[in-house]
Amino acid sequence: MNVGINEYLYLSAVLFAIGFFGVLLRKNTLVIYMCLELMLVASTVALVAFSHFNRTMDGNVFVFFILTVAAAEVAVGLAIIVALFRRRQTIQVEELNALKN
Amino acid sequence: MSPDIFFYLFSALTAGSALAVVLCKNTVASALSLLVSLVGVAALFILLDAFLLAALMVFVYAGAVVALFLFIVMLIDTYGGVRKPFKKATIVASGLGLALLVTGLATLAQRGSIATPEFAGTTAPLVPVGASLRAYGEQLFTTYLLPVQIVGFLLLIAMLGVIVLSKKFEGLEDVK
Repeated sequence: MNVGINEYLYLSAVLFAIGFFGVLLRKNTLVIYMCLELMLVASTVALVAFSHFNRTMDGNVFVFFILTVAAAEVAVGLAIIVALFRRRQTIQVEELNALKN
Repeated sequence: MSPDIFFYLFSALTAGSALAVVLCKNTVASALSLLVSLVGVAALFILLDAFLLAALMVFVYAGAVVALFLFIVMLIDTYGGVRKPFKKATIVASGLGLALLVTGLATLAQRGSIATPEFAGTTAPLVPVGASLRAYGEQLFTTYLLPVQIVGFLLLIAMLGVIVLSKKFEGLEDVK
């Protein structure tokens, strides 16, 4: 059986789903962040597969931009987490309820 | 040997270590599983002839991002203490989400599959479009020139934001 575009899309969907359930189920902010990265990577797999099988360049260039934006996002997000930890001494999401009530 | 077996090998590696990211209790183990997963994705990019993206994936993600994660894990205490059990609503919602996902994937597998585009009339050997650096350069400096500049500006803003966020401000009201 030849690997076509569908197999890559299945893999992308599975990766995205794993990341999504990680975001839903984990309580540690750092792990939630890793799962967000996983979801971004899953979308890049789909884009590169589309680009390869359609023989166009645009998907690859989009992935290029996604990589850049993800790097910026990680830097800012981790700085926010560190600032949060400095204030609250915890990064567990269930204890970060300052906006409740 | 066909590259198909490599696809299955690397996709199993990627999905398995992605599962390990979610399931590991230890944050460091999660970060290292993320590293393995990203390397697997880079290998898949090589199978898709996107060599530059594979190299960038290893450099940017595996090199910088995971190292940053590990650094933050070292800085702060990620040990959560006693963890509360999940609420009933969370369990119901995630079960529902899983059911929806399985239904969607099963539907896609059963009736709708995207046909791999056929390029009739191209008898020439298949030229991988993402393999050449020249193609990236041409695209980035003609069609995507404005996004490149915006992304550069975004990186600058991110750098400034990180500096501001990690600076200690004296006399600020503490939110408790």
